[in-house]
Amino acid sequence: MVTKFKRADGREVDEIRPIEAKVGVVPSADGSAMFKSGNTIAIAAVYGPKKMHPQHQQNPAKGQLRCEYSMLSFSVSDRIKPGRNRRAMEISEITKWALEPVLMLDKYPNQVVDVFINIIQADAGTRCAGINAAAMALAHAGIPMTDIVSSVAIGKLDKTLVADLTKEEEDFEEGEGPTDIPITLTHEGKVTHMQLDGKIGVKQLGEALDLAKVACEKVYEVQKKALKDAIDMKNGGEK
Amino acid sequence: MERKVVIPGETICEGEDYLPGENTEKKEGKIVSLRYGLSEDQNGLIKVIPLSGVYSPRRGNVVIGKVENMNQNGWIVEINSAESAFLSVNEVPRYVNKDAMEEVFKIGDIVIAKIWSIGKRGIDLSLNGNDLGKINDGIIFKVNPNKVPRIIGKEGSMIKIIKENTKCDVSVGQNGFVLIEGENIESEVFAKKAINFVTENSFVSGLTEELTKWFGENKQ
Repeated sequence: MVTKFKRADGREVDEIRPIEAKVGVVPSADGSAMFKSGNTIAIAAVYGPKKMHPQHQQNPAKGQLRCEYSMLSFSVSDRIKPGRNRRAMEISEITKWALEPVLMLDKYPNQVVDVFINIIQADAGTRCAGINAAAMALAHAGIPMTDIVSSVAIGKLDKTLVADLTKEEEDFEEGEGPTDIPITLTHEGKVTHMQLDGKIGVKQLGEALDLAKVACEKVYEVQKKALKDAIDMKNGGEK
Repeated sequence: MERKVVIPGETICEGEDYLPGENTEKKEGKIVSLRYGLSEDQNGLIKVIPLSGVYSPRRGNVVIGKVENMNQNGWIVEINSAESAFLSVNEVPRYVNKDAMEEVFKIGDIVIAKIWSIGKRGIDLSLNGNDLGKINDGIIFKVNPNKVPRIIGKEGSMIKIIKENTKCDVSVGQNGFVLIEGENIESEVFAKKAINFVTENSFVSGLTEELTKWFGENKQ
């Protein structure tokens, strides 16, 4: 039984929004990147490795990662109060957990890598866009890593799995309602982060993971292309 | 194998003929990059030359730094790295009166020094060597530390062309600071332009010839 599921913006169920990426968008940072997925735009800037301050947080065994996610006040239609809030703190920590497994910071004792993520325009999937931008910015900053992570949100609208939800779809109320599952994968296919907001069966969760693998591959290709295009080998110099 | 841009986690090549060098790793018979940069094959040894990132100090590097603080035993020098470096009075090849250390270097002075050891306690600098010591004249500016090898060139070829064409003395610190000392400001600014040309075109092959051409087109 195949029922054709129609999405508001005309996408197929497994189709992600059009994505764009660019590195080197913040000249004063050691590494930076922009990641755009549909109407969601994230900018990440990386500073360091530099000495950890405050000093009591220094770890003499290895370097640390510090992430800060923030949604700018004009990023959504109703102005939001800028600065730290409960949601931003959660996402900052989640971003750190998603990125940390691929980083090789053992050579930087007592040091810290700072990642700042700003969402300048939000239309759902901001944490995924933030992680994607941060992964590119970390690579651009020359931080040693074993792999690059890519992130995508899989959603369940009533009983159908769909890739990369928009805000409109997230507010879907019929049937079983919406379920949001942001997933971050390395290019190797290992999961570094997975959240679940809603309800889903075990079998369908496995299907969601398979869907994420396909979608992340597309994200990875864009990230890879952006990093490679930043250096123009033929004409010399950075674009 | 041709030089190409690689990203972390990307397979550079496969097979038993290759060995992993700097910034690479061998994983299931594949050579995988661990950093964003240019991959290079040196007779089977694959390495990745980083293009970005902060300066990481190494033993033997000549660096240009600023005196940040001083204590009984020496001076603390800021060298554009995570850790500040220490210049001990014992490593200064002249008599130092410990009661008047400001006479040698005071806070804010710019020094050119060599890293002689990197240990658990930090980075130690030395002034034993040619052309090391306090900087009095000239202009200083910062470049991307990853492009310093390109400014120096193979066995100093690039820097030699710049020196000959601008009649300025150019010292490049591995930490990304460049010192130019010339007869007048105009020649110093011209030398700075030449160095910026090198850093902006650092991926061009045969850059020494390009630079000679640039000097032909641009006169000070």
